[in-house]
Amino acid sequence: MTGFYTLFYKEWLRFWKVKVQTVLAPVLTALLFLMVFGHTLRNTIEPYPGIAYTAFLVPGLAMMSVLQNAFANSSSSLMQSKMTGNIVFVLLPPLSYREFFFAYLLAAVARGLVCGAGVLLFTAWFVELRFERPLWVLAFALLGSGIMGVLGIIAGMQSEKIDQLAAFQNFLILPLTFLSGVFYSIHSLPPLAQALTHLNPFFYMVDGFRYGFFGAGDVSPWLSAAIVAACLLALSWLTLWMIRTGYKLRH
Amino acid sequence: MVPAIQIEQVGKRYGELQALAGVSLEIAQGEFFGLLGPNGAGKTTLISILAGLAIATNGSVRVMGHDVAAAYLQARRALGVVPQELVFDPFFTVRETLTIQSGYYGIRDNHAWIDELLHYLDLTGKADTNMRQLSGGMKRRVLIGQALVHKPPVVVLDEPTAGVDVELRRSLWQFIRRLNRDGHTIVLTTHYLEEAEALCGRIAMLKQGEVVAYDTTQNLLKLFPGCYVNLKLAPHHLPAVLKPLLARESEAGFLLALQDYGEVEHVMAALRAAGAKVQEMEVMQPDLEEVFVKIMNKQ
Repeated sequence: MTGFYTLFYKEWLRFWKVKVQTVLAPVLTALLFLMVFGHTLRNTIEPYPGIAYTAFLVPGLAMMSVLQNAFANSSSSLMQSKMTGNIVFVLLPPLSYREFFFAYLLAAVARGLVCGAGVLLFTAWFVELRFERPLWVLAFALLGSGIMGVLGIIAGMQSEKIDQLAAFQNFLILPLTFLSGVFYSIHSLPPLAQALTHLNPFFYMVDGFRYGFFGAGDVSPWLSAAIVAACLLALSWLTLWMIRTGYKLRH
Repeated sequence: MVPAIQIEQVGKRYGELQALAGVSLEIAQGEFFGLLGPNGAGKTTLISILAGLAIATNGSVRVMGHDVAAAYLQARRALGVVPQELVFDPFFTVRETLTIQSGYYGIRDNHAWIDELLHYLDLTGKADTNMRQLSGGMKRRVLIGQALVHKPPVVVLDEPTAGVDVELRRSLWQFIRRLNRDGHTIVLTTHYLEEAEALCGRIAMLKQGEVVAYDTTQNLLKLFPGCYVNLKLAPHHLPAVLKPLLARESEAGFLLALQDYGEVEHVMAALRAAGAKVQEMEVMQPDLEEVFVKIMNKQ
C-alpha cells in the first residue's frame, strides 16, 4: 500500500503545487461562463419549472470542471512523464499494475472534486444552490471524475506526442462535454439532437449530477448511474489490461 | 549462492531490427561487472529488459533468482538502476524526490538513509533545492541516489559518467567502489574504457546484439599478446629494417607494434646498427581500449 499511497501523494502534490494553474484557473473559467451565459440568458430560459437558468447552469459548470480537470490530471501527468523520460521513476520500482492504475485514478478524482467544489464555492456568492439529493451529487461527481481519470490514463498512455493528446482533448472530450447538457436541458433540443444526446455518456454524468441539486432531471438518476458505472467498469478493465501488458510504457 | 543476475538466451526484436540475439550472461553476487560495446550494440536494451522497461522477445532474465517477468515485484525490489538519460521531475526538491522514490519501494521512514545518501553524494546543501535548479552533475548524483534509496543488492549504472567532469567522475567512482566493497553487485556500462579496466573484475562485450567477449578483465588484456614501443629518435628517421613494425608515426615519435617483449632487443640492435640515437623510449602494454578495438574489428 505504501507504493500506491506514495504515487497518489506524488500525483496530488504535482497538481497542488501549481494550484493557481490547476484549480483556480478552471474555477475562474466556470465563473466567466456563469457571468456571460447567466447574464445573457437568465430571463429567456427556465429549464425546469421554478428553477432559474443561472441556478440550473451552476451544477453543469461544476460537473464540466470536474470532468475536464480529472481528465487533464492523469493525461497530462503521464504524457509529460513520458516526454521528459521521468516515467522510469514509476516503472522501475515494484509497483503493481493495480497500484499504478488506482493511484493515477484517485489523484485525477481528487483534482476533479477539488475543482468542482471550488466552482460551487465561488458561484455560491452569485446563485442560491439547493442540494435536494446530496448523495447523488457525490455519487455522480465520483463516477464522472473516475471515468475521466481513466480516459486520461488511456490518452496519456496512447499519445506519443503532445498534439495527439491535444487532439484527444479537443476532438473528443471537449465536444462531448459541451454537448452533454451543461448549458441546456435536452428537452429544449429538436428530437434528433435529443436522441443523439442520449448516446453521449457525458450527458448522464451531468444530468445525474444536476438531479442531485434539484431532484429533477431529463432521465432517471438510476439509469444515469447504471450507464456511467458500466462505462467506468469497462474503461477500467481496458486500462488495467493496458497497464498490465505495458502498452506503450514498456517496450 | 544464487547469481545476482542470470541472463539466458535473451533475444529482443524491434520490428525488423534484432537488438539482442541469444545473449547469455551470469553475474555473481558482489561482482563489479562491465558491459561494453559500441553504440547500438544492445547494452541499454539488455539493461531495459533487466529493469522491466522492455520485454524480451525470448529467453529469461533473473535478478537474485527472481524472474523479471514472472516475479517482477521481487526482481525490481532487488535492483537499482541509474538510467543513461538525465531525467528528473521538475515539481520536486532533491529530498522530496528521494522520499517519493523510497515510498515507491514501500519504505515509509527513510530519512536516516536519505541523509546519508545526500552526504555521500555531496548534496546535503541542495536537499531542499528544486531539481530544475541543479547542474547536470548534481542531477546525475540525484539519479544515483534514487537508484540506491532502497539499498538494492544489485546496482546497474548505464553510462553514469557521460558528460560528467573529471572531478565528479572520480568522486562518483570512489562512491561506487565503496558500494561494491559493502557487498553490492555493480553492473556498469561506459564508453570510458580506462574506467572499466580499472574498476571491473569481469567484462562482457556486445556487438550487434551478441556477446563477442566475456571474461575477466585480466584475461581479456592477455587476449592479444605483444606490446608497443614508442621511440623518439634523433634524427627523426626510422631505420628501414624497423618499418614493417611501424603502427603510427607522429611528432611524438614512432610507435612500433611488437609480437612480444623479446622483440625489444631486436629493435635496440637495429637502432644501434643504424646509428640512430634514442632520445626517449617507452614500452607500453595494450590497454582495454586496444583489446576492445581489436575484438570489435575482428568480429
